Amino acid sequence: MPEKITIENLNAWFETKQALHDINLSIQENMITAIIGPSGCGKSTFIRCLNRMHEVVPKAKISGKVLVDGKNIYESDVDPVDIRRRIGMVFQKANPFPTMSISDNVVAGLKLSGVKDKKILDNIAEESLKKAALWDEVKNDLNKSGVSLSGGQQQRLCIARALAVEPEIILFDEPCSALDPISTSKIEDLMLELKEKYTIVIVTHNMQQAARVSDYTAFFLYGKLIEFGETNQIFKKPMEKSTEDYIVGRFG
Amino acid sequence: MKWNKRKLIDRIMSFLTAACVVIAIIPLLSILYTVTLNGISAINIDFLTQLPKPVGEAGGGLGNAIQGTFIVVGIACLIGLPVGILSGVYLSEYGENKFGRMVSFVADVLTGTPSIVAGIFGYTFIVLYFGFSAIAGGVAISVLMIPIVARTTEESLKLVPGSLREASLALGIPRWKTILHIVLSTAMSGIITGALLAIARVSGETAPLLLTAFGNPFWAVGIDKPISTLPAQIFTYAISPFPDWHTKAWGGALILIILILILNIGVRLITRRKYRV
Repeated sequence: MPEKITIENLNAWFETKQALHDINLSIQENMITAIIGPSGCGKSTFIRCLNRMHEVVPKAKISGKVLVDGKNIYESDVDPVDIRRRIGMVFQKANPFPTMSISDNVVAGLKLSGVKDKKILDNIAEESLKKAALWDEVKNDLNKSGVSLSGGQQQRLCIARALAVEPEIILFDEPCSALDPISTSKIEDLMLELKEKYTIVIVTHNMQQAARVSDYTAFFLYGKLIEFGETNQIFKKPMEKSTEDYIVGRFG
Repeated sequence: MKWNKRKLIDRIMSFLTAACVVIAIIPLLSILYTVTLNGISAINIDFLTQLPKPVGEAGGGLGNAIQGTFIVVGIACLIGLPVGILSGVYLSEYGENKFGRMVSFVADVLTGTPSIVAGIFGYTFIVLYFGFSAIAGGVAISVLMIPIVARTTEESLKLVPGSLREASLALGIPRWKTILHIVLSTAMSGIITGALLAIARVSGETAPLLLTAFGNPFWAVGIDKPISTLPAQIFTYAISPFPDWHTKAWGGALILIILILILNIGVRLITRRKYRV
């Protein structure tokens, strides 16, 4: 399997506080890579560095390289807008646009980049909602507000919205932490389907979730990458003592 | 029901808050009542459409003052709304720096500035060079509008959750489009409320208009000429010694209140939220 993303010597700061220390990691194409670790260990900061969302925070800084298909996304001639279009993101808390209908939410990214043809937009909306396993639940309510849906449906709406701009990679930042077990399992099934076409990185607090869905797992602690390997190996035979401690629940 | 201390305090506090609401509403209702009582007899079609008549002649109206108020407030909106709203966007979206905080502070000070100061501003910088005019009046009251609009816009934009901005940016939508299509549209009702408050506030301003628009007993002849406005006309009628003119002043006040009410209701209807959050 080819490498989709290669992270080299990545450091990140908020003002003067260093959140990530010298991270080196490769993410494989069409695989699910899970990032686990206790709160405040830099998991979210890490994936926000992969689509240049870290720099949106005022006074946030970064050093090192993130190569996507071999090209450093932090080079000066790279437009972060293009990067974010190629690398979609789903957030911890579902955040549909409250002033838009369900279908407008899905195609918001396309509409705001100038796609006007109603037919094309309708088709993409339907296709994306189907991919996000939400179509059957909302096909009769496409003009209703996006925020009228339940929490789990809103999160799948956000996934559909991210899929509609046809990214290559999707970053999930604790997508299920606010959801009940049924919605969670729907989103996990969805991720397993999506990995056929996309490369997926998921941050999760939930170790069972990482074990269930991911192919590779990275364990972060205090802003450092402690251990990275195949999920099976990390959960069954961790090399590092702290990884084992975290996995068996001795801290975190 | 058993009366214990907790329930008693609950009752007393609920009563006190309700009583304060009543106290707050009393002046409003009493103004509405007095103005309606004294002004309603003056109002008829002529009053709304005719020019004022000289003292002693019956009839006549405020047609030109109503027209003038629309023109002057319109000019003020043309200047004040774009400048105010864009300032608010800057303060909220780009103003996390020394300059932004300074502008915010200055806007707060300006909001509390006596309106006569805006009149003196218009007089010094426009009237002395170009004479009394509708434009001078519009500029003077736009000075009063800008800080109100800027601050209310800033506050409404700051209420838009950061997660929506992030959602939009993460979709590959550039920052300016995010602000224009996501942030502004989410905050629209707050911005409109702020703009309305500003319009309502300046529509009744008298002092700055006396120094800039001056007044005119005839229909408007051009925005570079003196122009009649409702507040200034009410002022002229009210300080006169004639009972008939006093009634006309009450009538004018009633019309001003009704106009502002219609404005409020109208804009609310037009911008009623498509989706409830």
